[in-house]
Amino acid sequence: MSLKVNAKLLRQILVGFVREEVCKVGVRKAVLGLSGGIDSALVAFLAAEALGPENVHAFVMPYRTSNPESEAHALLAAEQLGIHCQVVEITPMVDAYFSRYPDADNMRRGNKMARERMTILYDHSAALSALVLGTSNKTELLLGYGTLFGDMASALNPIGDIYKTQVWQLSEEMGVPRVIIDKKPSADLWAGQTDEQELGFTYRQVDELLYCMVDLRMCREELVSKGFDPAFIDMIYNKIQNSHFKRRLPVIAKVSTRTIDRDFRYSRDWGK
Amino acid sequence: MDFTVALAQIKPKLGCLADNGEMICAAVERGISEGIDLIVFPELALTGYFLRDLVPEVALRADSPQLARLLDLSRHIDIAVGFVEASPDYRFFNSALYLSMGEIRHLHRKVYLPTYGLFDEQRYFARGESIRAFDTRFGRMGLLICEDMWHLSVPYILAMDGTTTLICLSSSPGRGISEDESLGSTVAWQKLTSTTAMFLNCRILYCNRVGYEDGVNFWGGSEVVAPSGSVVARGNILLEDYVVGLVEEGALRRERIFSPMMRDESLSITMKELRRIETERNRL
Repeated sequence: MSLKVNAKLLRQILVGFVREEVCKVGVRKAVLGLSGGIDSALVAFLAAEALGPENVHAFVMPYRTSNPESEAHALLAAEQLGIHCQVVEITPMVDAYFSRYPDADNMRRGNKMARERMTILYDHSAALSALVLGTSNKTELLLGYGTLFGDMASALNPIGDIYKTQVWQLSEEMGVPRVIIDKKPSADLWAGQTDEQELGFTYRQVDELLYCMVDLRMCREELVSKGFDPAFIDMIYNKIQNSHFKRRLPVIAKVSTRTIDRDFRYSRDWGK
Repeated sequence: MDFTVALAQIKPKLGCLADNGEMICAAVERGISEGIDLIVFPELALTGYFLRDLVPEVALRADSPQLARLLDLSRHIDIAVGFVEASPDYRFFNSALYLSMGEIRHLHRKVYLPTYGLFDEQRYFARGESIRAFDTRFGRMGLLICEDMWHLSVPYILAMDGTTTLICLSSSPGRGISEDESLGSTVAWQKLTSTTAMFLNCRILYCNRVGYEDGVNFWGGSEVVAPSGSVVARGNILLEDYVVGLVEEGALRRERIFSPMMRDESLSITMKELRRIETERNRL
């Protein structure tokens, strides 16, 4: 067992997922944010194959501190696919807000930017009759390395069950531009930021651990005997636990006999 | 006797009885026009799979007028189809019907309701309590539903009850991506159908659905398996299909001569040992 996947089969499943789950809602289009990074580029490739490039609307939403290279890479991916693409700068909205709170730290600013982008995608979702595609991978979702109601918000997420390592592999298969595959992953919140520097470990290291811990359900002793550092195991376990709220609906206080999602249970594809 | 079978590898809509009914009748009519003898549909073909609280809403009595059209069509072709059954005392079963000559020939209520991992069936369904073979114009058959097949005792009992054709209706979610050519669930099922056919010297008609429900894919790959364990016909993976296979009497006859395991299987030894185990367990 390993993280390596049959990329052709994975591609077929995920393209089928986008096509069917979009169309069964009664629409044909999708919108997504293109950051210039590999996750959103991969989702754009999957969507273009599933729906046709004419039905995919990408939005590039830089802030004034974003690396200009990110925008260039986003446009490169959009151009290669022939999907619709618009640049909507978020600097005026974000700066207008923080003029009231000039002391806000990087985390607040980063979250605000992610949520600003979300409102733009959902606005175009309504304008275009299109579903918002999520671009968070399984590694980020498990670690909670994303903004709740920001980049974590979407209608459908084709890559939420594949690890970053597998995102790289599938991106090779789909023909995502080499420059996007090869660059260091970054949330691009400030100049020179990289995910791996901020997290303190590499995606390949943490994906191996997550795969053994989550997918294979190995217990702590088994993980240690497999060679994982106990401190690393505990840190990752805590990250998963402490970010779990981000992966759940808001908690509802129960008073009736049928409470939404507790004893009122329907699939989202109800009637579809 | 030889007969032709069609495995309707369809994509039911979740909770849409009318739409699914139309889809099923269209496939049945196609089968009739092509001179097919038996058409098999997936588990819960009339309703879709992840029903959750919809179960009581889509449940039908086995004698419901909503099944009348299928019953009528079964004058021209035998039909095996999955649905949610409501009993008069308001239990709900994950059931399958075998319809023939305008009548219900057999009703099977799924015995083993998976409730682990992504499955939650025991929360919504009552457990079936019997496992019986039945006679058809194509010989003695057994009808089972998905997880039933993963309990050795179920196909074993059906085989001991004289089954020579095992029909398995399935809604198997695709999962377990790896470097392998197929998904883990596909590999597991293909081993299971082939091995079960070999162990019991019977043919297997396996019909699995396709489509997605809330992000879960169903992988299809319906197949006609000969009593030797070899695959006679196999459907597309992940895509809709309509798989036609010829089920040959001669292949069954020859396999039962080459590998007479079922002839030699001792019911009395099995029963003796099972009774002993039961007694010993009751002592605990």
